[in-house]
Amino acid sequence: MSKSAQNISIASHQNNGLNTLQKLGLAIGFIGLFILIVAFYNVSFPNKNLWLSISITSILAGIVVYARSTYLSRPEGISNNGLFHKSLTNKGVLAWIIGVLLTSFYVALYWFPKYLGLGENGNANSGIVGFFDPLSLVLNGKIASQWFVYGTLYTVAILGLGYKFILKYRHNKYQLVRTISVMFFQLGFAFLIPEILEKLNPGKEYFAKDLKNMWPLNYYFFNDWHLKGLLNGGNLGMFMLVFGIAMIFIISPILTYFYGKRWYCSWVCGCGGLAETAGDSFRHLSNSTQKVWKIERWMIHSVLVFSFVMTIAVIFTFLSNNPEMSFITKDQFIYGIVAFLVVFTGALYLFKRNDLDTDAQFTMITLVAIIIISIMINFFSGSQNILFIDSNSLREWYGFAIGSAFSGVIGVGFYPLLGNRVWCRFGCPMAAILGLQQRLFSRFRITTNGGQCISCGNCTTHCEMGIDVRSYAQKGENIVRSSCVGCGICSAVCPRGVLKLENDAEEGRINANEILLGNDVNLMDLINNQK
Amino acid sequence: MENIVIIGNGISGVTLARHIRKQSNHKITIISSETEFFFSRTALMYVFMGHMKFEHTQPYENDFWKKNNINLINASVEHVNTKEKALILNDDTVIVYDKLVIATGSKPNKFGWQGQDLKGVTGLYHKQDLETLEAFSPTCKRAVIVGGGLIGIELAEMLRSRNIPVTFLVREKSFWDAVLPFGESQMINRHILEHHIDLRLETGLLKILSDENGNARAVVTDKNETIECQIVGLTAGVSPNIDFLKNSGIELGRGVKVNRFLETNIKNIYAIGDCAEQYEGIGLRRPIEAVWYTGRMMAEALAQTLTGNPTQYNPGHWFNSAKFLDIEYQTYGWVWAHKKDYEEQFYWEHSSGKKAIRISFHKETRVFLGINTFGIRMRHEFFDKVLTENQSVDYVIHHLAEANFDPEFFTSHKKEIQEQFVKQFVGLKTV
Ligand SMILES: Cc1cc2nc3c(=O)[nH]c(=O)nc-3n(C[C@H](O)[C@H](O)[C@H](O)COP(=O)(O)OP(=O)(O)OC[C@H]3O[C@@H](n4cnc5c(N)ncnc54)[C@H](O)[C@@H]3O)c2cc1C
Ligand code: SF4
Ligand code: SF4
Repeated sequence: MSKSAQNISIASHQNNGLNTLQKLGLAIGFIGLFILIVAFYNVSFPNKNLWLSISITSILAGIVVYARSTYLSRPEGISNNGLFHKSLTNKGVLAWIIGVLLTSFYVALYWFPKYLGLGENGNANSGIVGFFDPLSLVLNGKIASQWFVYGTLYTVAILGLGYKFILKYRHNKYQLVRTISVMFFQLGFAFLIPEILEKLNPGKEYFAKDLKNMWPLNYYFFNDWHLKGLLNGGNLGMFMLVFGIAMIFIISPILTYFYGKRWYCSWVCGCGGLAETAGDSFRHLSNSTQKVWKIERWMIHSVLVFSFVMTIAVIFTFLSNNPEMSFITKDQFIYGIVAFLVVFTGALYLFKRNDLDTDAQFTMITLVAIIIISIMINFFSGSQNILFIDSNSLREWYGFAIGSAFSGVIGVGFYPLLGNRVWCRFGCPMAAILGLQQRLFSRFRITTNGGQCISCGNCTTHCEMGIDVRSYAQKGENIVRSSCVGCGICSAVCPRGVLKLENDAEEGRINANEILLGNDVNLMDLINNQK
Repeated sequence: MENIVIIGNGISGVTLARHIRKQSNHKITIISSETEFFFSRTALMYVFMGHMKFEHTQPYENDFWKKNNINLINASVEHVNTKEKALILNDDTVIVYDKLVIATGSKPNKFGWQGQDLKGVTGLYHKQDLETLEAFSPTCKRAVIVGGGLIGIELAEMLRSRNIPVTFLVREKSFWDAVLPFGESQMINRHILEHHIDLRLETGLLKILSDENGNARAVVTDKNETIECQIVGLTAGVSPNIDFLKNSGIELGRGVKVNRFLETNIKNIYAIGDCAEQYEGIGLRRPIEAVWYTGRMMAEALAQTLTGNPTQYNPGHWFNSAKFLDIEYQTYGWVWAHKKDYEEQFYWEHSSGKKAIRISFHKETRVFLGINTFGIRMRHEFFDKVLTENQSVDYVIHHLAEANFDPEFFTSHKKEIQEQFVKQFVGLKTV
């Protein structure tokens, strides 16, 4: 069946027949994109502002026209027809082309920005970066950087394709609200507000102004240059530092307790936002085999250890080098962290021992590893060398391997080949922390509706995190998995109304019935007693 | 350790094997002819529509069976020799058993129509049917579907997903009106038309015409209309797949006759799933229940029996679900298409014409009997409890919010429903 649906007939019945409006939409959109490509080749436009506006407007307009004629022409409902028949969405030629283009773009962005036209050593910008200069001047008062170009395009992608997603799921209010939320946070919190704050606070060293981009997703939050930036950043810098720490220790745990990690991963986060909107067409490509699940657990927890150790190391170095700028010593810091983790892990073991499935055990081991390494850092290091590795190079390696290579190049570049949540699933330390909490201290779960599941597999196929949802649903078990980002798509695509994302009392959240609802009661008692 | 052989690797055969394995170390062999590994028949449509690949319909990974020490044989059983306790396969292999379980499922009904075996004529049941559809779709200019039930409408949706024009012949006055009351049935009629399906009510099939190559080229309806088509879908129900048992001595009716312990007339032979026929329907259920979860439940009960804990098949309250194109349907308890004399029914339909509920209750005692719900998801656990506790219809109407299973943020129609109910059934009428 794998080579199905290759149509050889003249009376084509395939889904790729485009109607006039769809063609028009594609034309408008790609003309907009073409203007950007022309700019990339350093054609100097007479009026950059005008051309940039034309370009972005027509990209957005193209998406709008295309999406409207695609989805509004059919009754409300699930529209996944032909996903596994089309080149773009089934790893065909189109998917590879886009994958390669995206990946190359990321490589240039991270390591060779001069090819995008970034003026180095005081030279003026050219190419596509130069093309964005006027817009950048308006927004933040400086000429553009490659990051400004990236941020703008990223926002355009989330807004445009978010609109498409909304039309596709217009029958589903959960999807509607959630998507408006990610669009709002991207446009406001990730894009406009930081740029404007930048303009209002000129002349300061750079520090992150995106309130929602918290550590450890923002891996450089505790790096010395960033800490210095914050500490020297006046009121705004201080506010960002305090708010950033409050996010980590107070706001995020509370929200995750009440709503699960979805409040961040599929409502607020920018990476999640792109995955849910631009990546929507690729969610079914996430692999849901047991083997990949195992790889996932190893990878994400290793990244978590790496990010903790890197952070502890850089703070350690910072404290060693700048004792005057801080209120704790490096010893206090390390033992503070170790004490915190020991209490935390100990409590976990004491109270939640029985709930610890493989997922959570992995996290426990991770925490213990962090504790040990932290202590070793203190004993075996001078001010610079941590376990004989320079903390700066540790930091650089982290930035290179996780921050750039993973989150961008593989994470987004490989959307059309590996699915839209590769980064969130295998590489995001934030997701690992929130996931641990979701698994053990949260009211969130996906409830299974008694015995209604027909094991069709729509849920598993379309789960972007590669969770085998069906394996729980067909047993009548609720789904409580650390990796679930609460996108709600499994619930949307289920043809029998089996799944519901809910927040409710922790009691009875994880239920394992061998025998499903529907059979007579005695049999159920019997089985339950036998266990 | 016993040697248990199961014929059929559908949901019932496979559930049985899993549960026996959980509780014993009996030798388990599953013989099945359709596919090597268990897959979910209910998902066939999604494979054709491109929502899934065939491998996604397999709930267990391929190495699951070996890991659990369950032997799989991909062959068809031709004869059962009950005296020798042996099976003969299509390649003449002989397999012996201590205990035999028949779980061979169903096959599509064919009522002896002229042309029913032509090329391009297919049911929708087996994986091979999907292959037929794949082969004929590319050159198909119109398809005709015969029989307006759950599988017929799925087939219509499948073909429409590839932009194939579909004519849908339904013998009844309105779609599935033996099960759906008038209001709901009309709602689905409208929705079928909205999907550009050419719905012909009160129309049956007379014969199928052939071209010179033995392909179907048209159907003739009982209104003597000839409709050109290249695919004919026969979806007029299913019946048990038991032809190979004809001379085996096992008692057969429409299906394999079994008692409440799922035993046939011959010792150590059992039948479960679509192919099993109770001597008498249990409660209001039919003697043959061709649905997914009953197969699973029979298997769960029989697994107990076969591992030393004799257990009757004793299904709880009836429930079921389906999806008509974009409209989801769930039912709990019994709501009859034509009101029984003790029954009163409350019907609410949303102004969009795509959501509705119908609640059935006892005229005098007001005990809740059942609910049909369209476009609104409801909680199985809630209704199971209500039915067990014999709660009143008023209790259900009062607790609609608790019963609701729609995703978060969905518009609630609770108020509207409650107000209409009060208008119709509370106050004057009840005193
Ligand atoms: C398209 C479709 C959609 C459906 N949707 C729903 C739904 O939404 N909800 C619901 O409740 N039910 C649904 N059903 C019904 C449900 O799928 C069946 O009730 C269920 O599959 C029956 O399971 P079973 O194990 O009894 O038999 P089957 O699944 O039919 O399995 C029996 C197997 O035995 C094999 N076999 C038969 N004879 C022999 C032999 N002599 N030798 C070897 N092997 C043999 C068959 O090839 C088959 O693979 C649907 C059915 C279809 C076809
Ligand atoms: S389990 Fe469901 S809600 Fe969670 S990530 Fe997967 S599809 Fe989304
Ligand atoms: S989509 Fe729904 S019915 Fe299908 S396997 Fe998942 S939970 Fe079960």
